[in-house]
Amino acid sequence: MPIDWNGLAYARSQMGISLAFHIVFAAAGVALPALMVIADITHRRTRDPEYLLLSKQLAKGTSILFAVGAVSGTVLSFELGLLWPRFMGKFGESIGLPFALEGFAFFTEAIFLGIYLYGRGKVSPGMHLASGIAVAVSGAASALFVTLVSAFMNGPGGTDPIAAMASPSWPYQVVHVLLSCYQATAWAMVAIAGFILLRNPTRTLHRKALALALPMACLTALVQPLSGDRSAKHLAVAQPLKLAAAEAHLHTGGRAALHVGGIPDLETGEFHGALPIPGGLSFLAFGDFDATVTGLDAFPRDEWPPVLGVRTAFQVMVGAGSAMALAAIAIIVAVMRRRRVPDSRRWLLAFVALGPLGFVSLEAGWLVTEWGRQPWIVRGLMRTADAVTDFPYKAGAFWLFTIVYVFLGVAVVYLLAKQITAADKPHESAGPAHVA
Amino acid sequence: MSPELLLAGAIGVALALYFLFGGADFGGGVWDLLASGPRAAAQRRAIAAAIGPVWEANHVWLILVVVILFTGFPPAFSTISVALHVPLTLFLVGVVLRGSAFAFRSLDMSGHRGQQRYGLVFSMASTIAPVLLGTIVGALVSGNIRVQDGLVASGFFAPWLAPFPLAVGAFALALCALLAATYLTVETSDPALREDFRRRALAAAIAVGLTALVAFVLAGDGAPRVRAALAARRWSWPFHLLTGAAALTAIAALATRRFRLARVAVAAQTVLILFGWALAQYPYLVVPDVTVQSAAASARTQRLLLLALAAGLPVLVPSLVLLFRVFKSSVREDRAP
Repeated sequence: MPIDWNGLAYARSQMGISLAFHIVFAAAGVALPALMVIADITHRRTRDPEYLLLSKQLAKGTSILFAVGAVSGTVLSFELGLLWPRFMGKFGESIGLPFALEGFAFFTEAIFLGIYLYGRGKVSPGMHLASGIAVAVSGAASALFVTLVSAFMNGPGGTDPIAAMASPSWPYQVVHVLLSCYQATAWAMVAIAGFILLRNPTRTLHRKALALALPMACLTALVQPLSGDRSAKHLAVAQPLKLAAAEAHLHTGGRAALHVGGIPDLETGEFHGALPIPGGLSFLAFGDFDATVTGLDAFPRDEWPPVLGVRTAFQVMVGAGSAMALAAIAIIVAVMRRRRVPDSRRWLLAFVALGPLGFVSLEAGWLVTEWGRQPWIVRGLMRTADAVTDFPYKAGAFWLFTIVYVFLGVAVVYLLAKQITAADKPHESAGPAHVA
Repeated sequence: MSPELLLAGAIGVALALYFLFGGADFGGGVWDLLASGPRAAAQRRAIAAAIGPVWEANHVWLILVVVILFTGFPPAFSTISVALHVPLTLFLVGVVLRGSAFAFRSLDMSGHRGQQRYGLVFSMASTIAPVLLGTIVGALVSGNIRVQDGLVASGFFAPWLAPFPLAVGAFALALCALLAATYLTVETSDPALREDFRRRALAAAIAVGLTALVAFVLAGDGAPRVRAALAARRWSWPFHLLTGAAALTAIAALATRRFRLARVAVAAQTVLILFGWALAQYPYLVVPDVTVQSAAASARTQRLLLLALAAGLPVLVPSLVLLFRVFKSSVREDRAP
């Protein structure tokens, strides 16, 4: 399918890049404070100075990621109007409440992060810890409120502000999104600790970082598939077109097969090179191998989302999620057998390889949700093409933000890499540890 | 009071707070850019120490402004977003670069070179952003943004790329610089450094006066409706007298080194300027085609939004008070780098 690089495509690309960029930082902003607080509490319990150092390093990471997340989030709140003024003119009042509440959550997150980062020694230890907890809680609350808006756009429960806030898919989406934030961040931390231990196996600090992140990584990896299953069953009823697109399921019918991998042919409904599981899709959607699953053919073609893209993203998400779930089981078995965190070279290599999968599946899952909503900006109520701005120079704005985000992305990776390699040098960790 | 007036008032209050706090952060960047003399490095350190713990929170006022605007007055948000797409986009790029460069600078360990690189981005972006913000305000009051049948009919450049909005931009920049320099006199314990910021505050106060005068003169052609309101409503002259008194108090307090008084006076001056602008602009959100009443959301949305704001305040206010008590209540010792 040729891409029509008209203004709409530029506007969608700008929104897409802004969101894809922002959600990495937003997810880390939800989960890193939780890990930072866990390290802090462990230090208070064990009096082990390395946990203090760990919580300080996590706080530093949080401060960079939160800053970039905050400014990119500010851009998004304006972009809603800059790119989709007709959507905001019509539905701004429907989605305003969760955004207002999110604003307050964001406020508390920013305030207590300031106190946590700069207030060590200026406020009492109890107040300091409470500030860290406030950051973690308000980060999760922010994610919840923003996801309510996504739930509205994907399947509006009504345009009244209260009804819009409680759109039917909100519980499924909120649980799935929150889990994904903790999962992605914890697996990334597992990978970083694994990477440092590969280079320097004697670093006890990073052994502790690994032990801190692994429980969260394993727990979320095991619970997330259950949440995904509930979401899929909800979609089968509430948004059957999105599920059909995610599975490239063309023909409505019973005993629908699940296809793993391969390339679908959207004219015939055949798959090339896929592994078929007969009745698998019916079971996935309704818990019954013979249930009828609505296919793409039940909908007019001009309402289809970009099926190939949605299915690819869905396969990536499920594949990465399954890999992390299997790894979690293997890790738990290994821990139970050895009574300690597995840290042989082979395990560390596996951690490094698996670590990025959390963010990969988070981005892929976001694509499934929002590509799967197309061609609607609010499903059934307004098409994306009807929402876009009349501003004629959309390409210019797109390139400007793309360049800024590429620059920021490179700078963040560079800075975090420096932070991590600096922490890798044993002598640097000695200072603060003695202070404690 | 009707709900749409309360919401418009909430936008005004949030904007004033954004200016008082976030504006001072921008001003800090201006003085970082203009740091000079034997204590240039110490000036930059004092600015960074003052901004560090609070800038993230100061920044959220802007988000609150945007959210109240698009929830309470959706068509106004949509009109502003279309008509001022270019300056808003440039302003956002400034916000992004400023915030991230500041965070990067405080964590970069590549030494002096890296610090300088991020510092320059931070200070340049801090200087450009308030000019754009002022320009946006100037365009909103100019009367040159026209809407026909719900569509913006006045183009994407002419309403803001004009002498009056740009003069308001310069005025906003001067005001941010004044706020920052005055706050900084209270936030340093080093007498020499305090003198540096005092001189800068006095210079900025003069710049505020000059740019205000230029903007007022240009408003004759550039924003006739609002200028008429500023000159001729029942409240306008007492209001100007009050604002002028605050400005003179600030200058006198700076001249006589009563820094805490100067801080209060400068803050009062800023709030009076913003409220004077808001009163002169009322009932318009975008002069002359979008009013508070014509753009208001449904009565139910307005009530719910007011409820949400009322629910948020009991969390927000004590948290903010705590933040400022921890970091701003006493003069901080200047720490060595």
